[in-house]
Amino acid sequence: MTTRVGVVTFPGSLDDRDAQRAVRLAGAEPVALWHRDKDLHQVDAVVLPGGFSYGDYLRCGAISRFSPVMETVIEQARLGMPVLGICNGFQVLCESHLLPGALTRNYSLHFACRDQKLRIENATTAWTGDYSQGQEIVVPLKNGEGRFVAHEHVLDELEAEGRVVARYLEVNPNGSYRDIAGITNAAGNVVGLMPHPEHAVEPLTGPTTEGLGFFTSVLKQLVNA
Amino acid sequence: MSLDTVKNAEQTPDSVQPWAELGLKEDEYARIREILGRRPTGAELAMYSVMWSEHCSYKSSKVHLKQFGEKAPASDAMLVGIGENAGVVDVGQGYAVTFKVESHNHPSYIEPYQGAATGIGGIVRDILAMGARPVAVMDPLRFGAADHPDTRRVLPGIVAGIGGYGNCLGLPNIGGEVVFDSCYQGNPLVNALCVGVMKHEDIHLAQASGAGNKVILYGARTGGDGIGGVSVLASETFDATGPAKRPAVQVGDPFQEKLLIECTLEIFAEKLVLGIQDLGGAGLSCATSELASAGSGGMRIELDTVPLRDKTLSPEEILMSESQERMCAIVEPGKVDRFLEICEKWDVIATVIGEVTDGERLEIFWHGEQVVDVPPRTVAHDGPVYQRPYARPSWQDALQADAPTAGRLLRPATGEALKEALLAVAGSPNQASKAWITDQYDRYVLGNTVLATPEDSGMIRIDEETNLGVSVATDGNGRFTKLDPYTGAQLALAEAYRNVAAGGAKPLAVSDCLNFGSPEDPDVMWQFAEATRGLADACQILGTPVTGGNVSLYNQTGETAIHPTPVVAVLGVIDDVTRRTPIGFAEEGQLLYLLGDTADELGGSAWTEVVHGHLGGLPPKVDLERERLLAEILIAGSRDGMIDAAHDLSDGGLGQALVESCLKGGKGARIVVPAELDPFVFLFSESAGRAVVSVPRSEELRFNDMCGARGLPVARIGVVDGDVLDVQGQFTVSLAELKDAHTGVIEALIS
Repeated sequence: MTTRVGVVTFPGSLDDRDAQRAVRLAGAEPVALWHRDKDLHQVDAVVLPGGFSYGDYLRCGAISRFSPVMETVIEQARLGMPVLGICNGFQVLCESHLLPGALTRNYSLHFACRDQKLRIENATTAWTGDYSQGQEIVVPLKNGEGRFVAHEHVLDELEAEGRVVARYLEVNPNGSYRDIAGITNAAGNVVGLMPHPEHAVEPLTGPTTEGLGFFTSVLKQLVNA
Repeated sequence: MSLDTVKNAEQTPDSVQPWAELGLKEDEYARIREILGRRPTGAELAMYSVMWSEHCSYKSSKVHLKQFGEKAPASDAMLVGIGENAGVVDVGQGYAVTFKVESHNHPSYIEPYQGAATGIGGIVRDILAMGARPVAVMDPLRFGAADHPDTRRVLPGIVAGIGGYGNCLGLPNIGGEVVFDSCYQGNPLVNALCVGVMKHEDIHLAQASGAGNKVILYGARTGGDGIGGVSVLASETFDATGPAKRPAVQVGDPFQEKLLIECTLEIFAEKLVLGIQDLGGAGLSCATSELASAGSGGMRIELDTVPLRDKTLSPEEILMSESQERMCAIVEPGKVDRFLEICEKWDVIATVIGEVTDGERLEIFWHGEQVVDVPPRTVAHDGPVYQRPYARPSWQDALQADAPTAGRLLRPATGEALKEALLAVAGSPNQASKAWITDQYDRYVLGNTVLATPEDSGMIRIDEETNLGVSVATDGNGRFTKLDPYTGAQLALAEAYRNVAAGGAKPLAVSDCLNFGSPEDPDVMWQFAEATRGLADACQILGTPVTGGNVSLYNQTGETAIHPTPVVAVLGVIDDVTRRTPIGFAEEGQLLYLLGDTADELGGSAWTEVVHGHLGGLPPKVDLERERLLAEILIAGSRDGMIDAAHDLSDGGLGQALVESCLKGGKGARIVVPAELDPFVFLFSESAGRAVVSVPRSEELRFNDMCGARGLPVARIGVVDGDVLDVQGQFTVSLAELKDAHTGVIEALIS
C-alpha cells in the first residue's frame, strides 16, 4: 500500500504544491488536506507547508493554529504521527505548542531568499533518518520571520536532548539563536524547519536535490513501522 | 447630501460642474454633453473624466500605438491581441501563455511600498482575468542616482513592497532590471510584469453578453482609497459629510489577492463565467463600461449593493474607487449559486450587483434612483484622440555630435588601466550584482523556476511531464534611447530577444511599457513617436508581435523629462527546459567563443557613464537580421548540446559579460584579444548582436561548422580555466578581486 502524506492548504499557503511534488518524488502519495476539514483522510504523515497562512495576520501561524484541521493534526502528532512544518508550517507548530520557541522577524528586517548550507544535527527523527549525522546539505531558504528564539533554558534543553535537527552553516540568515534552523519534539515525530527542503528535490529547479531526504526519511520510517 | 440623478441633470442644465478640476478640457466636457444630450450627472462626469484620462484612454499615444497593430508581423502564435487585459500566445501542446508589463511609476514615488505592491497586484489580476494561472513576475525598476539620499528612501520601500506583496502571492520573481540614473531622481520607474499559463480552451475575455446574466463583484470591499481626483467632485459639488481628503494611492492586501487567485481559478475550472474583468485603474467605472461595451446589450447596476468598507462613500466615489483585489464577472443565472459557493469556500466576498440587459445603455442606480445612463462605448473607447505636435529637439544634433571618440574621452591604454576600468564598471551601481535586491524576492515558490536573475532571462517550466517551458526577459536602455529614440527602442527589443535566445528559448512575442515625459512637450512627443516607430518596425522584422503593454507619460520632475525609456519584454518558448543555457562558466577546459561583430561603439555605453560621466554620440547600430541569426545559432546550440553556457553582450560589453559568467560559474577564463581588435574596444564596446558562449571541446568542430554554414562571424577568444580572469598580454585579475568589486555595492549605498 502506498504511503499517504497529507499536505495542508491554509488560506495563504504557498508552497503546498511544492510539498506535494516532493512527497510524490519521494515515492509517496500526496493528499491535499483543507484547513476547514478536520478529517485527515487516513494519511500516515502530515506536512504543513510554507506560505503566509491567513496573511500572517496577528502573528505568523497564530490563526492557523486554531483551524479545524489543526485540531486533528495536534491530536495525532501527540499520538506519534510524523508532522513536518516547513517555514510557515514551523511557525504553526510553535504556535500550536507542539514545538517550543518562536520565530520572529529576521535580524536584518529583510526577507531573505538564498541557497543555504545546513548541518543535519539529528539524523534519528522521523524526517531525517535518511541523512547521516553531521551531513551538510544546501537547500533554499526564504523567509521574513525566520529568527528562532527561545529562553536560554529551553535552548539548553533542546541541545542537551539532541533536539536541534539542523543548524545554519557559514551564514546565519535570520539571526536565529545558536544558528538553529530546525528542531524536533522529544519523541522525534514532529519536526519544524525554517529552510525549504521541498525546493531542493529536482536538479532542474533546485540548487541541489539534498532536500528530498526529509521526504524519503518519513517514508522509510512509516514502511518500517 | 443631495444626489445628482439623471432626472436632476436634465432639470438643471446650467449647474456648474468641476470638469476642469477633474482634468477634463473644455472641449472634452462639451463632447460629453453632446453625447448625452444634457449635462452629465456627477457620477457620469466622474466616469468620463477618469476613463478619458491619459492613463485610461491613451489619448496622446493612441495615434502612434496603432502601428503595433498595423505593422504586426503575421504570427501563428498569436491567440489574443492588443486590447484585452493582456495578449495571449500559443506555446504548443495545447498551452497558451499570457504576459504583460505595466507601469506603477507615480504611486511608487509618493508611497514606495504600497505603490510598488499594488503594481504587482494589478498586473497579476490582468493576467488572471484572461483565464490564466499566474506563474511568475518580474520587475524592471529605475531609480535616481544610487548615492542620492532620496534613493535611500524610495528603493528600500519599493523593493520591500514588491517582495511583501509578490512573496505573499506565491509567485516566483524571476528577473527584471535595476537601473540608476539621476534622470529618474524625482520619478522612479516601477514596471511590473506577470506571466500566466492556461490551456487554449480556458481563455477568458472581458465581455458581457446575454440579457439576464448576472454581474458579480467579488473580492475586497470597496473603500475610499485610490480615489484621487474624484474627491474634488465629492468635496466641492456636494456637501460631503464623510472624510474629505482620501489617499490617492491604493493600499494592497496580498492575502486577499492570493484568495482571489485561487478562488478565480476554481471558478474557471468549473466554467462558471462568461466574461471577466479585473478592477484596476478607474475601478468599477472601467470594469462596467468595458465589459458592457465589449459585449452585446447593455448593463444595469445597483450601486448601493456594492459592499463597502466606508459607508459614507458617495456613488461617484464608489464608481471611482481603486480599492485593490476586486474582480467583476458575468455569470449565467443558473451558475450564480455555485459561483457564490466557491467564493465562500475561499472567504471571498461576492455580491450580485446587476445584470446584463437587452438595451444599449449602461445604467447605474443608487437606491432606486438613476445616476448614470450612458452608451458604454463612449466611456470606454470613444475618448478623445490627440495629434500632439512633435518635433526633433533642437539639442538632438549637438548630443549626437558629442561622440566618445578616443580623441575626446581618454581611453585606458595599458593593461593596468584596462583592469582598473573593468573593475570600475563591474563595481558601478548599474553593473554591480543586484543580489541585495533580488534576494528579497522568492524565486523558488511553485517549484518550476529553471532560470532566474542574474541569468539572462527568467525561465519557467510549464509542464512537468513534457518539460515545456517559457522564458521572459525585459530590457530597456534610456541612455541609448535618449541618443536616438528610434534605434534605442530597437536596441531594447534586440537585447530582450537576444537574452531569451541566450537561455535557449525561441522568442515569440513582445509586451512593452513605454515610459516617457510629458506628451505636451514636442521634444518628448518626438521621442515617443520615434521610439514607437522603431519598436514597431523591429517587431515586424523579428516576427515578434506586440501583444499589449502600457504607456506611462508625464514622467518628469518639474520641466525635466526622464530619458525616454521604452522597456521591452520578450516571451520565448523552449520545448525542453532541461536544455536551457545558463550564463555561468562551469566546465574547465571549455572553449570560449565571441559571436558577432565588434566595432568601436561606445556612445551611451556603461564605460562612458562610469568613467567619464558622459552621454553623447550615437548608440550602437542595430542589425535585426543579424540578431535573428544569432538567436537561431544560440537556440540550435543549446538544443543540440553544442553550448553549455551563453551570455548576451550588452551593458559593459564583453568585459562585464566575462566578469558575470566567471563569477556565476565560479571558474576563471584565459582570454586572448583577437589581433584585429584594440583591447579596449574588445572589452568595452557595446556593439549589438553579440554573445559569448562556452563550447565543450568535443563540440568545437560541429559548432564552428554550424556558424560557418550560416554565416555568423565567430572568434575563439579563450578557454575556461583556473580562478583568475586573465586577458593575456594585458592584465590578470582574480575571481576574489572581481567578486569584491561586483558584490555588496548596492547594500553599501542603500542600507
